[in-house]
Amino acid sequence: MPLEAHIPSGPLSQKWSKHKQDSKLINPANKRKYTVIVVGSGLAGSSAAATLSELGYNVKCFCFQDSPRRAHSIAAQGGINAAKNYQHDGDSTYRLFYDTIKGGDFRAREANVYRLAEVSANIIDQCVAQGVPLAREYGGLLANRSFGGAQVSRTFYARGQTGQQLLLGAYSALNKEIARGGVKMFPRTEMLDLVLVDGQAKGIIVRDLVTGKISSHAGDTVLLCTGGYGNVFYLSTNAKGCNTTAIWRAHRKGALFANPCYTQIHPTCIPVSGDYQSKLTLMSESLRNDGRVWVPKKKEDCGKPPAQIPEDARDYYLERKYPSYGNLAPRDISSRSAKEACDEGRGVGPGGLGVYLDFADAILRYGHDQAADKNLSEAELRKLGKAVVAEKYGNLFDMYECITGENGYEQPMRIYPAVHYTMGGLWVDYNLMSNVPGLHVLGEANFSDHGANRLGASALMQGLADGYFVIPTTIANYLATQKPGSIKADHPAFKQAEAEVNARTKRFIDIKGKRTVDSYHRELGLLMWNECGMARSRDGLQKAIDRLPALREDFWNNVRVPGSGADFNQELEKAGRVADFLEFGELMCRDALQREESCGGHFRVEHQYTKEDEAAKRGQAGEALRDDTNFSYVAAWEFTGDVSNPKLHKEPLAYEEVHLAVRSYV
Amino acid sequence: MSALLKSFSSFLGSSIGKKLLVALTGAVLVLFVLGHMIGNLLIFVGPDAINEYGHFLQTMIHGAGVWIARVGLLVCAVLHVVLTIQLTRENRAARSQRYGYTATIQASKSSRIMILSGLTILAFIIYHLLHFTVHAGNNYGTYQVMLHGEKVHDVYKMVVAGFSWLPASIFYIIAMLLLCSHLSHGVSSMFQTLGLATERTRPIFEKIGSAYAAIILIGNCSIPIAVLLHFVK
Amino acid sequence: MASNLNLKLKIWRQPSTNAKGTFQDVEATDIPETASFLEMLDIVNQRIIDSGGDPVAFDHDCREGICGTCSMVINGIPHGPRRGTTACQLHMRLFKNGDTIWIEPFRAKAFPVIKDLAVDRSAFDRIMVAGGFISVRTGSAQDANSLPISKEDADSAMDAAECIGCGACVATCKNASAMLFVSAKAGQLNSLPQGQPEKHRRVLGMVKAMDESGFGNCTNQYECEAACPKGISVRWIAKLNRDYALATVHESLLAPANGKGGGAA
Repeated sequence: MPLEAHIPSGPLSQKWSKHKQDSKLINPANKRKYTVIVVGSGLAGSSAAATLSELGYNVKCFCFQDSPRRAHSIAAQGGINAAKNYQHDGDSTYRLFYDTIKGGDFRAREANVYRLAEVSANIIDQCVAQGVPLAREYGGLLANRSFGGAQVSRTFYARGQTGQQLLLGAYSALNKEIARGGVKMFPRTEMLDLVLVDGQAKGIIVRDLVTGKISSHAGDTVLLCTGGYGNVFYLSTNAKGCNTTAIWRAHRKGALFANPCYTQIHPTCIPVSGDYQSKLTLMSESLRNDGRVWVPKKKEDCGKPPAQIPEDARDYYLERKYPSYGNLAPRDISSRSAKEACDEGRGVGPGGLGVYLDFADAILRYGHDQAADKNLSEAELRKLGKAVVAEKYGNLFDMYECITGENGYEQPMRIYPAVHYTMGGLWVDYNLMSNVPGLHVLGEANFSDHGANRLGASALMQGLADGYFVIPTTIANYLATQKPGSIKADHPAFKQAEAEVNARTKRFIDIKGKRTVDSYHRELGLLMWNECGMARSRDGLQKAIDRLPALREDFWNNVRVPGSGADFNQELEKAGRVADFLEFGELMCRDALQREESCGGHFRVEHQYTKEDEAAKRGQAGEALRDDTNFSYVAAWEFTGDVSNPKLHKEPLAYEEVHLAVRSYV
Repeated sequence: MSALLKSFSSFLGSSIGKKLLVALTGAVLVLFVLGHMIGNLLIFVGPDAINEYGHFLQTMIHGAGVWIARVGLLVCAVLHVVLTIQLTRENRAARSQRYGYTATIQASKSSRIMILSGLTILAFIIYHLLHFTVHAGNNYGTYQVMLHGEKVHDVYKMVVAGFSWLPASIFYIIAMLLLCSHLSHGVSSMFQTLGLATERTRPIFEKIGSAYAAIILIGNCSIPIAVLLHFVK
Repeated sequence: MASNLNLKLKIWRQPSTNAKGTFQDVEATDIPETASFLEMLDIVNQRIIDSGGDPVAFDHDCREGICGTCSMVINGIPHGPRRGTTACQLHMRLFKNGDTIWIEPFRAKAFPVIKDLAVDRSAFDRIMVAGGFISVRTGSAQDANSLPISKEDADSAMDAAECIGCGACVATCKNASAMLFVSAKAGQLNSLPQGQPEKHRRVLGMVKAMDESGFGNCTNQYECEAACPKGISVRWIAKLNRDYALATVHESLLAPANGKGGGAA
């Protein structure tokens, strides 16, 4: 199968303009005859549904949440990047493009990323016009901050709730179109299968989560905007409902799954406190600006209260290993270092899965700054310093105390890395269409823009770029080839898919086994976290690949799903999602196994710079060792009917504009 | 014209529209209560002062004034009562299934018994009007006194006679306590409903409301207490 | 070191919207005090499933206090006793060994129970559809900095925008009124210059939808502000009252009587 990305010809900066010129148009009178099915109502889904309705298409939008406003985009805290250059600090479309490509460790498509940077500025205009209250300066103009180590201030934000505010903006646009009658909204409705007619995506099968009713919805094209698959790890910063079912079902129907191994791990999350833990909470990375990360040098000290561990018995390992970056070492490096320390048995807190993030020195340092020349006691200095720290990070300290019951000013916080975002997803071309004609994939659900790693404040940008600005243009290229409304929900393909979904539901209920759905999900998550998490090895991945079929088998024989399929049944909802995660997990491991290199959110212990490399100034020991010669491609997997035997297709990544550089933190 | 009526009826049908009218009629009643109290306190100045005041009210605008005021007050009171009963019924209907465990975070007791305090005050007003205005079951209507050479109604004697009967005074004082409660929430609430309260002014309005309620309570209750203790006789 | 709690739960069980509900006594033993409230319910549910029962249905999603999905009343207070906190961020260390905890759904006619603790809050969506937006087509916006907005106004709008739409205001209100939600939503847009052209329509439309959904009326007790996990101020309610009066005056008296509408034929 040749993977045709349909990248327009011409210079990079002209490609999108040219593509817009060359894209097909649909007569306004005809648009309303086309039905567009949008699955998911996060940033990508809401913005796409609203905009397509504005254009005149007839839109049906589905979400499993009780309201489209609750999609998990809502949880993004930090901000949204845009190449506005309002700060006059040298930002430009090209610079945002370059930072994104480089941040993605040169594993993304140039043309897609350039387009993303190009439309980023329009997103801000659109959101402000909708009434999104982005932060402003006293002069009344928009404020920016520098985020995620960027050299320019290009991040727009709304307190710590940028995701919620942007989503509410998109939701308001959606409401405007629902009021006008262009969009019909289906909340508490979960997509359980994709329906193909003659190889083209023509509809979906959904379950009404309140009544349990299974029904068919036919359309002229289907947009999956269903987010990432981070919950394959059970514990992640994702919402509990986030799942891979929509894209996994599409994958099983023929859509290629690209780069599933690329997973972003965030270093500063609140650690697991017990085996009942249901999710992990992220704290802003900005804490590392002032906090010092350490663990005890000796295992025996791990159980002691931190105050009783003297200075010389502490290992400030980031400062020791990366003297120039210290505690600000990049996300993946600091995450892996924390794991190494804990693997050595030097982790702190319950289960030994945590490292200290200590503000004692920062508090004293700020105390001295505030006291200037005055001669104050240490207690007074601490008080002054604490006030400064509270002003900078007060809300984070409060959040930490709310969750852990510990006071971060008086004793060091405990942190541990957690899964945060997934860069892989369904393969799409430049039109955001998958290899299945008529199936479009937007936002985190696709693979296209972040390469092997995503920059901070870029997820919101991509979701909205896809929904507001890309798909409204590119969708016509597919729809213009289709006769509108040609397939109805009474087509035999729908009946067959409905029957399959009903049979699957019945199977879940009928197993009546001994183990709960959650217990399988936890076991899967732990396995994935250990073998396909922050650091991956050939042996570990193989171990997981060997274990997963047996775990699936056990699940299908021994899971207990109470109740019936004919009402509100949250265990049944979870069972369907976990069944898909159990299959998906294996693909993820296989992808990680074939990618014999380390890049971005994929670290293979076999592929890292050594001490010799460091001595020869090739790179720092322990850093990811990329292999551009052999692995500069998108790994797109085809479902063959056998979960354990997927077929790999490669889309080579050609870099015309940028020069592939090695990331160095020496 | 029909558009105007339509707007008005949808305003009246709306939650906020009804509440605005409750606040506006409440404002009139609040001011009336103050005026009424100030007039009554003339009893402490002496029989002539209060009788002259009573006579003035009776003869204002050739006797029409008192009727204009009575009709105005009646309209306000009726609207206030009818609308609040309607709002309360809607509020009860909005939660048909009650909580098994009820808790209150910060709502004041006064704010939670508004309909009870209000309806008790209504009952008191009816009694009060029958007692002192209609003179039902008494002969206060026959009390006369000479003032500036003119025969006028002896309000002073009527008040003393009225409050000398202990049950009447007790009912009066209970009603005033409930009025105080009603006002302590109602006055500040009025500013909020009329959209005049801001984050900074709301605490001030709340203090004004409490002070106003306390003044009305003390002022009004001082009269029966003074009569019962024979300070006024 | 953290200890474990033994609790008596009184949980509202209701199989479906029209079925009759009752409180079920559930012993929650050996609950780690480091667990969140919802994790406590997870533990209880796992045990119910293991023993062949039907687990307690409750809505939840992000479990970090921002999505507004969790919706339960704990000992009479929506989201439980800790101020400014959603149920998912409430932790068991706030409770004592031996405590009895009442767990009920948000109760309001406008929020019918779906099952157990899960309620239908689509009334909020209907209110938003009735005017909670600024009509701006994608692509038609001017440059974001061409319309300066004072920091004060932007911050104030942001205060209102923090609302997560959970419905705790309705659940706690003695009258099941939605005024805090509606006022915050209308107020955010009405206090920004972008929201001015539609402000009268917005307020009239949203209040009408609110009334039609069967919410009660505000009696200015401010329970909503106290129960709101985001601390939305009741100043927005005052503003909505004001804006509604102005919108009515505008619509009934000031707007042209026979407006012909614009645009081309």
